[in-house]
Amino acid sequence: MSYSELEQEIRLDDIDFSDLEAQYSVSADFGLDNYIVVDGAPVTTENKVPVLTKVLKKLLSTAGELADGEDGFHMPVEDGETKGFLFAQYKEPESARRAIKQLNGKQLDKKHRLLVNALTDVEKYGLEGNIPESFVEPEIPPFKEHGYLKDWLQDEQGRDQALLHFSETVGIYWNKKKNDPEPVIEPRKGFTSKYAKFSPKGTYLCSIHPQGVQTWGGPEFQSMQKFIHNQVRLIDFSPNENYLVTLSPVGIQLPENPAEREHFPFKEESIDHKLVVWNLKTGEPARTFALPPHLEGQKEMPWPLVKWSFDDKYCARQGPNAIAIYETPSFQLLNKKLVEVDSIVDFEWAPSGVQLSGSKSETGDHVLSYWTPESSNQTARVALMQIPSTNILRTINLFQVSDCKMHWHDESKYLCVKVDRHTKSGKTIFSNLEFFKTTERDIPVEKLELKDVVINFAWEPRSNRFITISRLDDGNNNPSIPKNTISFYTHEETNKGKATSSKYKCFQKVEDKFSNNILWAPKGRFVVIANIGKSNGEIEFYDCSFEDDNKANNKTNNNNVKLLKSEKYGGMTNISWDPSGRFVSAWSSSWIHNIENGYKLFEFTGNLLRDDTIDQFREFIWRPRPASLLSAADRKKVRKNLREYSAQFDEADAMEADAATREAILLRRRLLEEWRSYRSKYANQASEKNEVQAEIIEEIKEEIIEEREEVIE
Amino acid sequence: MGHERSLTQVKYNKEGDLILSVAKDSSASIWYSSNGERLGTLEGHMGTIWSIDVDSDSILCATGSADVSAKLWKVSTGECVFTYQMKSPIRRVAFSPNNKNLLAVTDKVMGQPGSILVFDINYEGDFTNQNAEPSLVINTREDATKVTVAGWSANGEYIIAGHDDGYISKYDGKTGEFIQTVQAHGIHNEEKVVSVTDIQFAPEDKSYFITSSKDKCSTLIDVETFDVMKVYKADAPMNTAAITPIKNFVILGGGQEARNVTTTAESQGKFEARFYHKIFVDEIGRVKGHFGPLNTIAVHPDGTGYASGGEDGFIRVHNFDKSYFDFEYDAERTERAIASGAT
Repeated sequence: MSYSELEQEIRLDDIDFSDLEAQYSVSADFGLDNYIVVDGAPVTTENKVPVLTKVLKKLLSTAGELADGEDGFHMPVEDGETKGFLFAQYKEPESARRAIKQLNGKQLDKKHRLLVNALTDVEKYGLEGNIPESFVEPEIPPFKEHGYLKDWLQDEQGRDQALLHFSETVGIYWNKKKNDPEPVIEPRKGFTSKYAKFSPKGTYLCSIHPQGVQTWGGPEFQSMQKFIHNQVRLIDFSPNENYLVTLSPVGIQLPENPAEREHFPFKEESIDHKLVVWNLKTGEPARTFALPPHLEGQKEMPWPLVKWSFDDKYCARQGPNAIAIYETPSFQLLNKKLVEVDSIVDFEWAPSGVQLSGSKSETGDHVLSYWTPESSNQTARVALMQIPSTNILRTINLFQVSDCKMHWHDESKYLCVKVDRHTKSGKTIFSNLEFFKTTERDIPVEKLELKDVVINFAWEPRSNRFITISRLDDGNNNPSIPKNTISFYTHEETNKGKATSSKYKCFQKVEDKFSNNILWAPKGRFVVIANIGKSNGEIEFYDCSFEDDNKANNKTNNNNVKLLKSEKYGGMTNISWDPSGRFVSAWSSSWIHNIENGYKLFEFTGNLLRDDTIDQFREFIWRPRPASLLSAADRKKVRKNLREYSAQFDEADAMEADAATREAILLRRRLLEEWRSYRSKYANQASEKNEVQAEIIEEIKEEIIEEREEVIE
Repeated sequence: MGHERSLTQVKYNKEGDLILSVAKDSSASIWYSSNGERLGTLEGHMGTIWSIDVDSDSILCATGSADVSAKLWKVSTGECVFTYQMKSPIRRVAFSPNNKNLLAVTDKVMGQPGSILVFDINYEGDFTNQNAEPSLVINTREDATKVTVAGWSANGEYIIAGHDDGYISKYDGKTGEFIQTVQAHGIHNEEKVVSVTDIQFAPEDKSYFITSSKDKCSTLIDVETFDVMKVYKADAPMNTAAITPIKNFVILGGGQEARNVTTTAESQGKFEARFYHKIFVDEIGRVKGHFGPLNTIAVHPDGTGYASGGEDGFIRVHNFDKSYFDFEYDAERTERAIASGAT
């Protein structure tokens, strides 16, 4: 069969050329990748064109070599004036791309900002018809159901959840006291590449991956939001779960591929930034930051780098000689400038609104404290600053300071600054505690001078009591001698005229201990003091308002410390209270060492409930709870009816204990219910009867009195 | 305190300050419940007194005796104001809730059929002017065995009678018309002797009652529906049962028949008062004390204690202690907790 015959047989319409067409089609952009359009250039007279040309050519050349001569740079002139735009051609398309990246938005001078675009883009978007005239509704992705995020708070028994991380597996469990914890979800292997973390109110669970952070939530811990941040290491949340902060040692780079770039969360201005603030709910980046230069390349990163005010309204970063305060949600600098503080070492936000004297604010004011060290001609200083006014409310001057630590009281009524001072010789160190009474007029500061150096300090939640762990710095540093002193302080206010002065009274001292950690129960009163160290781990459970029989008639003084229990735990690396203050977990993490990895669960009294040894155990995280919604009156009522409430839980516990009891209790419940419904039909008659009886009871009383008289006779 | 012979019935008056007791020794006694002092005795019967009751105002009390008479007494003086002569021994007397009627259960012996007689009580004058003829006679039905005990339901609406064969019957309190019957005893085990020994009504409103029987069981029955709601099982014949106010308990008493003590292997006579949970039917505890079977138990109307009369001739008065009132089942505690939480 000849070719011509063949040709006649084949009908050209039947052949599908689409693959070839695709292969050889000529792109409209072809060859135009080298061109850019620069807009926003100054409009000027013809005689200034050479100067302008020179300036712009120089600027454009920073991105790459321009094509030679007129081809490389064309600025149209009409009626003796430039038009404010120009064209340029690079030798390489990469140069053009770089120019767009680097020079777009470039501020030429005060009035002129250059807009650099690819010529192809101008054609693509700028020409009529390429952009549809009518508005097309953007497609809204279907709503992803993830259940009620606060589901775990509705547990009928009010149990708490805890996250157990062992080997590569992360599981969420209900705490069942002595019994095996009950899984909330099937434990997930490879859940996170580093660690898992709950947000401050427990709503979200975060997992860390090389690509970024993933949040999970709802009853089933479904995937909620992805935060793409390459090689992310550290994460932190704003107190009200509005924002997420992530830090990666690798700066942000835009993907080369334009398609990928379209889905990439960051824009050009974020290149090389390492710190990202995200909107936790939407998953959008809110702001990115470069690391301050003094933190670049540091091995240990101070964390968090972004500190939040109690209501998420402000966040602040510390730089060398300044604090940068940002307003949310815009994340613009407060008053558009940095707050300069020479050689600032550290700052802390007040953890709640401060009721400043004379202030009418209902939620309280935003206050932060910072300190600066001594320099050649200046004392060390601790200052309180009000935000947003940036007024300094109070400053104190200190000298011979080697270190300061700021401990805000949880209600922000007090700020205790622990000042470590050195003697004149500089050989030994001792501590002063400076108390700022933030709610009083002019913020008086009171000083407690100690001979010891304080190594740990903790306020009791919602109380003015505190505990210090201190030691006498006598130059003898033999670690095998226990010489730490635990001191329990209260403070008594005395009114002298208008001003109140406080006396800080140590009502209990425990000496010669190794202890180094203070953990108050979330609701106060009970405290765990522990020694977390190389070998001789020990936990001590104290009740700071112990009621013994002697004290029953002395109700004013409830400062009575009692050691409830002392437990040894050799491998212990961490301790944590559950959010309700009923349980304490202590664990030995394989991240620190491989001794006795596992966890122990205690009651707040120190009674050991569980002792689980788990290979490669890493972490025990209680799921945080949001603040209680109960009013003070509600709480009082609960305390009053504690016996009744506890009865319910006792029953629940008994039911958990074994199946037979459970059956019996359920049967009894049913019987009781039946009986009540049976009795309810007589309810009305009974009430009538009762009234009659009530009268008679009074009569009885009378009779008895008469009877007694008789007996006496 | 003691009688010369075994107790047959004890009763509190409505206020609970007096205890009335009768025994097989022909004299009834009235005592102060608070200290056990005897207020006085009621002398006049010629034989065993089977039953005693007092009206709700503590004005009159009635006794029924084996000397085939029932007597009315003035509580304040102890004098007998009227005597009803019958043809057979009186096993049980009971005032109606409004005090206007007195029922008497006569035994089926001496050729008599056995019946429930209702008398009208006249409170006028010195109480001596009483009608000796019953206003209502309920003869034992032909298909039923003899009545052993009987009592009034709320407002005197019904008369509830317990029979020798374990059946309980309900009659109209005004007309004496038979309404219904139910077999309450003899069906829970293999016991042959199933005679109903006691009927006591719920202290709160008399809308249900408890029975005890020689069949070692006790039952809780609703007056309206006549359903057997609960069965309390013991290990000895039960002579008496009572329902406690305040707490949801019932108290059962009984024990080996005195005449059987020597013939049974068990030396323990099971002479304790037994406390059961009224709703959950569990036995909660026992109170020892008597050295013969318990014949009768009465609970203080305020629920603060109880009195028991035994075959041994003693009346024991017990006050409930704090643990009695504190005792609660988990389910009850939860219920109360929920209730207090809801308010």
